[in-house]
Amino acid sequence: MEDKVDPIHQFAINNIVDLGTIGGVQLAFTNSALFMVVIVVLITGFMIAATSPRMLVPGRFQSLAEISYEFVANMLRESAGTDGMRFFPFVFSVFMFVLFANVLGLFPYFFTVTSHIVITAALAVTIILLVIIYGFYRNGLHFLGLFVPKGVPVYLLPLVVAIEVMSFLSRPISLSVRLFANMLAGHITLKVFASFILMLGAFGFAGWLGAIVPFFMTVALTALEVLVAFLQAYVFAILTCMYLNDALHPSH
Amino acid sequence: MAAPDGDSDRAGSASDAELARRLDRLSRDLESEKRERAAGERLPKSDSASYALAFRLASEFVAGVLVGAALGWGLDYVAGTSPWGLIGLLLLGFCAGVVNVVRVAGRMSASTGAADGSRRE
Repeated sequence: MEDKVDPIHQFAINNIVDLGTIGGVQLAFTNSALFMVVIVVLITGFMIAATSPRMLVPGRFQSLAEISYEFVANMLRESAGTDGMRFFPFVFSVFMFVLFANVLGLFPYFFTVTSHIVITAALAVTIILLVIIYGFYRNGLHFLGLFVPKGVPVYLLPLVVAIEVMSFLSRPISLSVRLFANMLAGHITLKVFASFILMLGAFGFAGWLGAIVPFFMTVALTALEVLVAFLQAYVFAILTCMYLNDALHPSH
Repeated sequence: MAAPDGDSDRAGSASDAELARRLDRLSRDLESEKRERAAGERLPKSDSASYALAFRLASEFVAGVLVGAALGWGLDYVAGTSPWGLIGLLLLGFCAGVVNVVRVAGRMSASTGAADGSRRE
């Protein structure tokens, strides 16, 4: 942060280890990949450390793990029924990955994995492909009943089916764009307000006095970002549950 | 011998009825306590939940329009019907966005309505 403010710079991808090119596509271990590895290691380490004592009266870590288990399990049971529990490992992994990525991104100098649409789109496409493949595997062609609402007159059916198909196709887009846009916008806003402090500080004592206002704004925004980090992980997971419910019970 | 037995039996059934009544009262009290607690818990949660819902509604609508535009542009590109595919499918995508929003809002009001109903029971 010299004299130029560059709030986008925090999202830059840097190659850490170059792995050469395959078929004209450059492969590299980037800072984004590094943070994904860190996230997975942290989640795995946390869950193993938390569940290994297996106390009847849980300690701090074990009760954290139990709370997160019950949170996701209740969410899945409420929106997809008890037979949705077969997807529990998947939904729990997705929830924990997004949650850890969002929260880790809040630390200064850390990279926010979920602020790149490639990551969120890959997650969303995985979820939608899972819904489509499992829906056809379990229900066969009845899965297409998802696109045909009951009680619609025949002459309106082509229009309604087209709209339903589009509504289905819009799901991965809204799922990925929501998470990505929230993280991107939040981090840019934080950076801009934080740089106001330094810019005002350049004017000497009166500037530092005036910098109190953006300072409090930055503190408030940080609190909001913590809320958003948890909220977006929750929204991402609950929408996953709802879409899986469509695969399990396609009747409208 | 029979008389005291019958006596204790009667006493037993009387205390059973008493016990059942007390259990009933206890479960009713617990139920109302639980309901009050749930009602209290719902209030602080609503703020962040409504923020999430607002963002959901907005993104669902935008996604519907975007999908319509992309499909229309793709159709034009493949079939060379420019610009009618884009126009028609953009309008359909607009409809899909509205359908998305109505569906999310309907699910939201249905779930709160169901919660209210179970609370009144």
